[in-house]
Amino acid sequence: MNPKLVTLSVNHRTHHVALNPNTTLLSALRDLGYTDVKSGCEKGDCGACTVLVNGIAVNACLQLAWLAEGQDILTVAGLGSSDQPHPLQTAFADFGAAQCGFCTPGMIMSAKALLDERPQPTEAEMRKALSGNLCRCTGYARIFEAIEHAAKQLNVDSRG
Amino acid sequence: MLPTNTHILYPEFDYHAPTTLYEVTELLAQYGDSARVMAGGTDLLVQMKMERRQPSQVISLMHVNALQGISQNGSLDIGATTSIQEIHRRLPQLYALAEACNGFSSIQIMYMATLGGNLCNASPASDSAPPLLTYDARVTLKSKTAERVLPLERFFLGPGKTAMQPDELLAQISIPAPLPHSGSAFIKISRVVADISQVCAAARLTREGNTIRDARIALGSVAPTPVRAAGAERDLIGETFSPALAEKIGKQAAQEISPISDVRATREYRQQVAAVIVRDALLRAWERAQ
Ligand SMILES: Cc1cc2nc3c(=O)[nH]c(=O)nc-3n(C[C@H](O)[C@H](O)[C@H](O)COP(=O)(O)OP(=O)(O)OC[C@H]3O[C@@H](n4cnc5c(N)ncnc54)[C@H](O)[C@@H]3O)c2cc1C
Ligand code: FES
Ligand code: FES
Repeated sequence: MNPKLVTLSVNHRTHHVALNPNTTLLSALRDLGYTDVKSGCEKGDCGACTVLVNGIAVNACLQLAWLAEGQDILTVAGLGSSDQPHPLQTAFADFGAAQCGFCTPGMIMSAKALLDERPQPTEAEMRKALSGNLCRCTGYARIFEAIEHAAKQLNVDSRG
Repeated sequence: MLPTNTHILYPEFDYHAPTTLYEVTELLAQYGDSARVMAGGTDLLVQMKMERRQPSQVISLMHVNALQGISQNGSLDIGATTSIQEIHRRLPQLYALAEACNGFSSIQIMYMATLGGNLCNASPASDSAPPLLTYDARVTLKSKTAERVLPLERFFLGPGKTAMQPDELLAQISIPAPLPHSGSAFIKISRVVADISQVCAAARLTREGNTIRDARIALGSVAPTPVRAAGAERDLIGETFSPALAEKIGKQAAQEISPISDVRATREYRQQVAAVIVRDALLRAWERAQ
């Protein structure tokens, strides 16, 4: 087993890192300092590690980092800043959709993938899109409300 | 012994990224048992984290274009690394298979998981297997020197066991062109949506007026492998369809299986639910077989 120099593009920044083949994308990201990506179950069940790879929501715990070479990786920290948060981030805060906050980064990334594909999702589409993200605190209702609100906000913004 | 820490991908391995099928088969011929091919990795990486599998060579299939995609050549040919999401999106007319892929856990897993991986993992709970069994699907297995085609039924040997040799890979899944007036359906019962099934069933019916010309029933999570209910199928063919017949055949199919009790459900629960979902799958398949 030999390490390789891998180029990872995270939140529009480029990193060159020497990684062993048995490094998951999740541990590579967290080691780089992207601790906004959470490690929960490490088995694909909880969705806390959800990031977007080329716009698609994946479980970073079940992806080898070598496979992410040259792909466009987006984590929740890349969505917006405290000064200019993304409408999803604002809505999660405003609607009380985050309590302990552990599931929130993954939730927001799954929601982002959904809204990119379906700007006006139905309730069923929202439930399906988030079925791989577990929350132990909120009971989900406020999460759905926040996403609905963010969707409206984004649609208004895109109409200018 | 220390308990396994699943947060660490502990096993060490060399990673190979071949781009052609031939290179894959060469690597398999060279490394045999010490190698494992990896498609989406949604089963394999979990097994490696739990240290149930520790291949010293991991051969990724995700760089081989020839294994990816769906084509129509009389039969419908699905490349082994085609994702569950793509099958759900591209093959809505194959109701049972599309329904199975749609019920497949979460969006994240649907994009990452492949059809070939779902079959090669040989879980009794594989969601894609019952629909594919009802379509009489065949699998193409390739090694460096040979190629063979097997009916899917003969591919599954037991939990985690298939008819594949260590130097073989699954290249393609083929579904014969459907008979006219055929319809299919898949129903899965699970504790929560994003879990594997407690019981699942698929049915395909071909009708001629009100008569059943051909029938298939297959179930998952009720035996060491996904299974067909052959007796129940036989008793459908040639009969006039009615809800009462569907009810009777559902019960009969439930008698043909011998499920076990485990963490997800008891034997009794599985048997009772099997009767109901086989009945409902038959009703839906019949409606669709216009
Ligand atoms: C959270 C979660 C939820 C899940 N939900 C479901 C569900 O609802 N229904 C369900 O059926 N499954 C489910 N699974 C299981 C898994 O996602 C599927 O079995 C999936 O289809 C496996 O595909 P893969 O490409 O990820 O396989 P991999 O993990 O890459 O491979 C699985 C096994 O097959 C072998 N293999 C893969 N491709 C080939 C090939 N072409 N030739 C030879 N050998 C091959 C590998 O060596 C390995 O042993 C779930 C898994 C997780 C983690
Ligand atoms: S940590 Fe990846 S899904 Fe739970
Ligand atoms: S806010 Fe605590 S897990 Fe979701």
